[in-house]
Amino acid sequence: MISNIPALHFLIVGSLMFFIGVYGFLTRKNIIAMLLSAELMINAVAFNFAILNRYVFPVHLEGYFFSLFIIAVAAADAAVAIAIIINIYRNFDTIEVEEVDDMKY
Amino acid sequence: MSWDQLLFMRHEIILIILMLVMIIANLLTKDENKEKLIHLASILFFANLIAGFLPARYGSAFGSMFVANQSGIMMKNILNIATFIVILQSGEWLKKEIENKPRIADFFILILASLIGMFFMISSGHFLMLFIGLELATIPVAALAAFEQGKRKSAEAGVKLILLSTFSAAIMLFGLGMIYGSTGSMYFNEVLTNFNGSALGMLGFVFFFSGLAFKISIVPFHLWTADVYEGAPVNVTSYLSVVSKAAALYILMVVFYTVFINISASWTEILYIVSILTMTLGNLFAIRQKNIKRFMAFSSIAQAGFILLGIIGGAGMGMTVVMYFILIYVFSNLAVFGIATSVYRHSGKEKIRDLDGFYQTNPRLSLIMMLALFSLAGIPPVAGFFGKFFLFTAAASKGYFWLVLIAVLNATIYLYYYLMVVKAMFINQSDEAIDTIQSDFPMRLSLALCAIALIAIGFIGPLYEWINNVATAF
Repeated sequence: MISNIPALHFLIVGSLMFFIGVYGFLTRKNIIAMLLSAELMINAVAFNFAILNRYVFPVHLEGYFFSLFIIAVAAADAAVAIAIIINIYRNFDTIEVEEVDDMKY
Repeated sequence: MSWDQLLFMRHEIILIILMLVMIIANLLTKDENKEKLIHLASILFFANLIAGFLPARYGSAFGSMFVANQSGIMMKNILNIATFIVILQSGEWLKKEIENKPRIADFFILILASLIGMFFMISSGHFLMLFIGLELATIPVAALAAFEQGKRKSAEAGVKLILLSTFSAAIMLFGLGMIYGSTGSMYFNEVLTNFNGSALGMLGFVFFFSGLAFKISIVPFHLWTADVYEGAPVNVTSYLSVVSKAAALYILMVVFYTVFINISASWTEILYIVSILTMTLGNLFAIRQKNIKRFMAFSSIAQAGFILLGIIGGAGMGMTVVMYFILIYVFSNLAVFGIATSVYRHSGKEKIRDLDGFYQTNPRLSLIMMLALFSLAGIPPVAGFFGKFFLFTAAASKGYFWLVLIAVLNATIYLYYYLMVVKAMFINQSDEAIDTIQSDFPMRLSLALCAIALIAIGFIGPLYEWINNVATAF
């Protein structure tokens, strides 16, 4: 059963997800992929909150609620980001970060 | 939960009503009449500004998730003033650009939305509230940065801001998760009692600080600032550099003084190093900038470094000087950006070199610009001097003499580059000086407000004492 798995394992998965997201954000060349990586980081955090609530502080529901709000905010973030990325595509005809470099230094 | 408790959120409720009024007014106006919305927004926001100063009630609502205290309400009033000036300055830009015309109301709706986010952030008593406020404050600003649809730079600024703010929000949340893991609660007062400086909690604190530092653009998290400031429309840049930054600095200060006061020895060390880095790097990069918006970006990074110096001063004194400095910073920065706006609107120029011979053609504008730059540089008769003086006093009173020495050395560096701009305006001659600028009434009003405030604030003694009373009551 799932209750036999210690909290630590879940937390390791959460942290791995977070740092995979960081790695993806720093190495990806496509803006959509960068956005996906950032969303992966945010979801890892939501996962962490839920696990901490379930295993460490099961009395209150604070962690779960934090996760819910994080998901909602991440959705808003993604919506605006995609709108802006479409705007980028209209102006630059590409969504590769290395092409979007009108301003440097 | 009663009606009384809801009144604690008066500032926010008025803004929400204002925003809804703007949305409905936008629906009811025809495309050719959209310009009238600018007047509507200015008048309504002025009413909101006045209503903000009416006697307020203090207390907490929603199980102390929302806390209305004296210093928070004062900060909201300062932000109201700043936003009012930004709205006054942006009318000309919105009217002139044809492609903006159908979207005039969008600009105000987005500005109001992000201001609501900042107000909730300022009054938060729970990290969830802080996070939602911070995101509500950031997302509309990213949309504003990409407001000029046809411009490549504007689009680039928008995408840089939204991606990095998502990234930094994730980092901040990761830290909050660790703090939650070590304390079991996210209420400010419960975190305060349960936070014992364990390794997990400290790591969480560092992540939290890094996430927030992105918003304030503290070195080493400052790299987005210059690009976003340059690419965004000037009025959005001024909003970003003044209002967003002030709100984030305030909440950083509040969190440090209330939630993490038990580990103040640790965060003082962090702030010590970070403020030296921020001041020095901000200054050194500002010297080599040619574009006035990039120049102001780096100068605002340097100013943030000085504000961190005040935070080190500790609750009471530190809070007073930081709020006093923010009040002055609002007016000085907005005056510079106001003039940058009118110059850009009338000539399309935004290089510092283009200001050569500005005094010959626009004596009054260049005098106001000079006042504002002197205030940023901290030259005595102007308000900025008093702000800087109190900041240094606050840090010195805690015995950080080396830090103050480095700050004073930095002051000489930025004196150099602010005076370079003044020199360009007054001493350099140019055959292609910008023509005499005829600003519209709101722009003149905003610049006059800034100029009067810059001269007056330093000499009104009761103002400082009033801020001091508010801050010590905190």
